[in-house]
Amino acid sequence: MDLTIAILVTVVGASTPILIAALGELVVERSGVLNLGVEGMMLLGAIAGFVVQFHTGNHYLALLCGAAAGMAASLIFGFLTLSLSANQTATGLALTIFGTGFSALAGASYSARPVALMSPIFPDLATHPVLRVLFGYSFPAYFALFMVFAIWFFLKKTRAGLILRAVGENDLSAHSIGYSVIQVRYFAVMFGGAMAGVAGACFPLTLTPQWAEGMTAGRGWIAVALVVFASWRPFRLLGGAYLFGLVMTMELYAKAGGGPLSAIPSELWAALPYIATIAVLVLISLRRDASTNAPACLGKPFMPSN
Amino acid sequence: MPNRLELTGITKQFPGVLANDHVSFAVKPGEIHALLGENGAGKSTLVKMIYGIMQPDAGEIRWNGEPVVVANPKAARKLGIGMVFQHFSLFEALTVLENIALGMDAKIPSRELESRIREVMETYGLALDPHRTVATLSVGERQRIEIVRALLLNPQLLIMDEPTSVLTPQEVEQLFTVLRKLAAEGCSILYISHKLHEIKALCDTATILRGGKLVDTCDPKQETSRSMAEKMIGAGLKDIVKAEGRTFGPPKLVVNKLSTIKTGHFDVAVDNVSFTVRAGEILGVAGVAGNGQNALLDALSGELIGDDREAITIDGFGIGLMNTTERRRRGLCAVPEERNGHAAVGDFSLSDNSVLTARDRLGMVVLGLINSGAAKTYTGKVIADFAVKALGPASTAGSLSGGNLQKYIMGREILQKPTVLVVSQPTWGVDAGAAAAIHQALVDLAAAGSAIVVISQDLDELRALCDTLAVINMGRLSAARPVKEFSVEEIGLLMGGVHGSMETA
Repeated sequence: MDLTIAILVTVVGASTPILIAALGELVVERSGVLNLGVEGMMLLGAIAGFVVQFHTGNHYLALLCGAAAGMAASLIFGFLTLSLSANQTATGLALTIFGTGFSALAGASYSARPVALMSPIFPDLATHPVLRVLFGYSFPAYFALFMVFAIWFFLKKTRAGLILRAVGENDLSAHSIGYSVIQVRYFAVMFGGAMAGVAGACFPLTLTPQWAEGMTAGRGWIAVALVVFASWRPFRLLGGAYLFGLVMTMELYAKAGGGPLSAIPSELWAALPYIATIAVLVLISLRRDASTNAPACLGKPFMPSN
Repeated sequence: MPNRLELTGITKQFPGVLANDHVSFAVKPGEIHALLGENGAGKSTLVKMIYGIMQPDAGEIRWNGEPVVVANPKAARKLGIGMVFQHFSLFEALTVLENIALGMDAKIPSRELESRIREVMETYGLALDPHRTVATLSVGERQRIEIVRALLLNPQLLIMDEPTSVLTPQEVEQLFTVLRKLAAEGCSILYISHKLHEIKALCDTATILRGGKLVDTCDPKQETSRSMAEKMIGAGLKDIVKAEGRTFGPPKLVVNKLSTIKTGHFDVAVDNVSFTVRAGEILGVAGVAGNGQNALLDALSGELIGDDREAITIDGFGIGLMNTTERRRRGLCAVPEERNGHAAVGDFSLSDNSVLTARDRLGMVVLGLINSGAAKTYTGKVIADFAVKALGPASTAGSLSGGNLQKYIMGREILQKPTVLVVSQPTWGVDAGAAAAIHQALVDLAAAGSAIVVISQDLDELRALCDTLAVINMGRLSAARPVKEFSVEEIGLLMGGVHGSMETA
């Protein structure tokens, strides 16, 4: 029982940054833009969050600055792909490479300096043996859950969400009706950047209380894959993120040598989330109806003159 | 009562073309007014100026007697001008209700919008479920969305741009009922088309444009289709010259129980299709768009390869497992519907495009090297024989207008003298003069002993061109019969999916 509770608590903690980043990417992709720079934006958010926390000690300010860093990076992407119609795939990859390099440079003098982790928002219940499954987390875990609902509501129930979906579905028609495709996509890309930044900041603030180069460890890519796995639907994303979190957590318990799990070498456990990502993407591409739920204009630059 | 809309001396200049040259006409309240002309006659430019998408260089637009400047479509809608476009601006993954909400200028709560939509649909007999996803709707139903969207604004003038090009005869009749009802209530309708019998049946007045100039304003009920057509093209109309009482040779193309696998969520597959085309025969395949025509063409051309070698045979030789290139070598050429990007590569020169499909049949590639001289000569011949307006074999396919590109593509295939030619929409978007030339070339090819399959949505074309006719509906093909045995009503019923029309008649 105790072990189950402990595993569940770890799963939620490990899933939260993936979920936040994937939610942002979901909104971006629904508007018809494919931003593969999630990993890079997360790293920029992580170093920004860490530095602010290190100097001010304020976790919320750190999260906010992480968001700002992610959003700033996304604006570079937005300018190149939306204003200059650059190739989205190449630009996204470049953004990831840039984010990896820049965060390493900026964080060079901060390595191996510990900071304090964020404390749970219900400190009394966080120590309760059972209830901590529900109340034992710091702010980002609840923020992620709230955003699942908020994004679902936004996309499904609001006019702005309808316009965003319309832009991702048929940019030329949206343009001819009189909506500004580029403007809508800028907002979506900036939102996605902010979410990726927050997700990145979660790593030093809630998981490992220090800065390490490349500390997001490919979770940004898992987030991108999750969006496809979830067929661009927020609630499926929630399930998918926790599933991936579970697979990742298994690794920790396997390493710790807990019973049957350690029968499989821990290297395999460590590789599992990435193998699962590939498997999911292959499965998705085989399942034909899944691809039809993709925003029809995904990844295509908007060219109104043709 | 003042005229609803009055245009005086409207002129619009594009680089190199005078699209509209001092065009003047008037539309009365409650009048159904046809705007008639060839492709490139300036109809679209004219209505774009009325709807505020473009501004005229000179001339005056009067609305209910008052001079107005229509700055943009929003201003047009505010005046009471609605427009239903030829190419719908719909979002396939969204519902009918969401699509209409997106097109409204004012923000209306969705419940109120839904009740207003239901009201409009009931008044005009336009049946549609507001919560259906557009992707699941037929073309006719999609057009209804656009009409409902326009009617929600209570327009005083409704512009319809080629509304019937994608409808079955029955759907056309339903549309006409709606339009007549609207006109009876005082709404004027500007009806753009080149289908003369429709204009005779529906319109009170017809304004005919040619080369940007107004040729005539007439009463279509007093004119014959032929006299209006001749005003449209400005010359006598050539009929297809077809030898009477031709006999057909042995079977060339035999298709036996051909089925395809559904490739996408919204595609329609071909389901157990059988037919025979003999030497010298032109078989027409009629049907509303999206009933498996694309799958049929792909299955015949070799883009979709089946698992039965004998499902398709040419001169008794099974080609069902061959790819496109092998089938071309065997004598089967195909022209798909989408001309730019499928039938031709837009960024390639015409010469290179010729190499892509004619290389084997005409020996344009020797030891892996392109014989560019042969390609150029052949392309020059296509350009000359089919009167393609292009600078020469070196001009890119994408630089040609749609009609000219179609003439080039048809010419490129026909001059290869295929044993079997399969074409989809051979004259889509091509003007009447060029269409007549393409039709004649097909008839001549058949007369020389080829078997031809023409897939088209244009019934007039099929009835004029083909010897035998079959109708495709939801991937199933009706039995082929001589075209003279079909009445339009019967074809219409088959297109709508009613088989064995004798019981329903």
